[in-house]
Amino acid sequence: MTATHSLAAEDLTLAYGDRTVIEGLDLLVPPGRITAVVGANACGKSTLLRSMSRLLSPRSGRVLLDGKAVHRLPAKELARTLGLLPQSPIAPEGITVADLVGRGRHPHQRVFSRWSKEDDAAVAAALDATETTPLADRAVDELSGGQRQRVWIAMALAQQTDVLLLDEPTTFLDVAHQIEVLDLLTDLNRTRGTTIVMVLHDLNLAARYADHLVALSGGRIHAAGEPADVLTEECVRAVFGLDSQVIVDPTSGKPLMLPMGRHHTAPRADVLQGTSGS
Amino acid sequence: MTSVRPAPALDAAPVRRPGPVRFLWLLVVLGLLVALMGASVAIGSRDVGWSEILAALGGSAETMGEAAVTKRIPRTVLAVVVGAALGLSGAVMQGVTRNPLADPGVLGINMGASLAVVAGIAWFGLFSATSIVWAAITGAAVAAVFVYAVGSLGRGGATPLKLALAGAATSAALTSFITAIALPRGDIVENVVSWEIGGVGGATFTGIGTVAPFLVVGFAVSLVSARSLNSLALGDELAAGLGERVALARGVAALGSVLLCGAATAVAGPIGFVGLVVPHLCRLLVGVDHRWLLPFSAIVGACLLTGADVLGRIVARPTELDVGILTALIGAPFFIAIVRRQKVREL
Repeated sequence: MTATHSLAAEDLTLAYGDRTVIEGLDLLVPPGRITAVVGANACGKSTLLRSMSRLLSPRSGRVLLDGKAVHRLPAKELARTLGLLPQSPIAPEGITVADLVGRGRHPHQRVFSRWSKEDDAAVAAALDATETTPLADRAVDELSGGQRQRVWIAMALAQQTDVLLLDEPTTFLDVAHQIEVLDLLTDLNRTRGTTIVMVLHDLNLAARYADHLVALSGGRIHAAGEPADVLTEECVRAVFGLDSQVIVDPTSGKPLMLPMGRHHTAPRADVLQGTSGS
Repeated sequence: MTSVRPAPALDAAPVRRPGPVRFLWLLVVLGLLVALMGASVAIGSRDVGWSEILAALGGSAETMGEAAVTKRIPRTVLAVVVGAALGLSGAVMQGVTRNPLADPGVLGINMGASLAVVAGIAWFGLFSATSIVWAAITGAAVAAVFVYAVGSLGRGGATPLKLALAGAATSAALTSFITAIALPRGDIVENVVSWEIGGVGGATFTGIGTVAPFLVVGFAVSLVSARSLNSLALGDELAAGLGERVALARGVAALGSVLLCGAATAVAGPIGFVGLVVPHLCRLLVGVDHRWLLPFSAIVGACLLTGADVLGRIVARPTELDVGILTALIGAPFFIAIVRRQKVREL
């Protein structure tokens, strides 16, 4: 799990029918790092992710994995290097955790091959890494939202890809579970060097957990780089049309965006001086 | 097995659902099938003694009893084969459409096959058994594509209920077409009506031989699709992410399913609900892994149809009730039960 792979988009244009979503986009995903993609609703974040995992063919341009166009690679070969966790995967009714995680082994199996020792080891390791081993024999239906998301990530881990794309892995989770999932992904990145690209809604969590932050706006990259360079008041205004104040997150040293809105338009001097206000 | 497992060592312990339970069920359903086949040969409108049954199985057809038993042998084989085909076809169809209500009967695919056969006989003078099978499979395929297209119209794509409604509407329309074609034709109407109810009573080994190649291909294609169906079950996006070519996988599996139900319909008429009931039963026994579910659906489908055929001979003595009627009697309440569950979720 040490191989790093380069993933890049080159002059990428994506469209649904005649509606262009992404136009002439160039993106370099830093290998072995965590990249977070942020942007307003319908700015093309998920579309970009879908195309990078070749669910969507580009209108023009290419997505390159190690210099090879992903849309030309054999499906299973790609799936052994690049994994995708979509926003709302379906858990078949009554499936057990171990069985679901085992399905992540699909790209490593042939039509008539049997379940192998490597498959078992990969599933066991994936369950272990996500601390879902005690749940192995439970039905996925019975799990809480946070547990279920961990199981889905375990499935993606069992696929043993060096690159992992996740479309809003924290949606529908409460704040504790969001942190739990993002911590887990960070562990993966730090211990195995897995390259992670994820679409996130929450700007502050994105800035805190990402090494590389990409802000999309109107189908183009507005800014990309270190979170501290990308998440600025100007950027939030340009991408979301929102006035905000960006301060340094005392816990992480990363930028922290505080939205303003019509009822809270300026920083209050009295609060800024003292400790935190209400 | 619910306790906390130790952290996996290098030589990891298997963490998947234990196989022995499934093997046990496999033995149970196989045993049941053998018993039902025995009953199917032994039980009928004519009471036959054991000696005569054994003699008939040995190839003798000298007494009336032995002759009756001899006629029951191909009938038993046909019930097994058609039941297996319909059970497997339903399981594959439910997997392909991720729809718990999918079934060759509910989706109107059997009726597509029937209409093609009836039209072929009435208008094109189809007589050879092979051409009838081809007509049935073509009709089944056209109906399948049509119902799926209609069911996918509008928001949300092919939801379970929309597909079932499209199938029911198509089925009703096709049934009236069949009646319209057959009624004015005094020469074929009687055959069409009895065939349309669905039965295995008139089975011959020649007829079985004609559909056998189609069924063999259908069984093979369907069973090979098991692993693809496992990934399709996780949603199209995740399946693609796992390296599945979604459209191709779905097309291949659907082809296997259509071959099976088309061929079964050609030889036994449109028998409904076997493909609906059987996969649900099998999921209770062996879970949702298609590599187990598909073979089980075939075996349990064979059990259901053979059992229904035997039952039909017992309840209506001295005459017989066609299996198509019995499977509908069993299947309709089952269908309602599935729909009435709190939500008809996608598989």
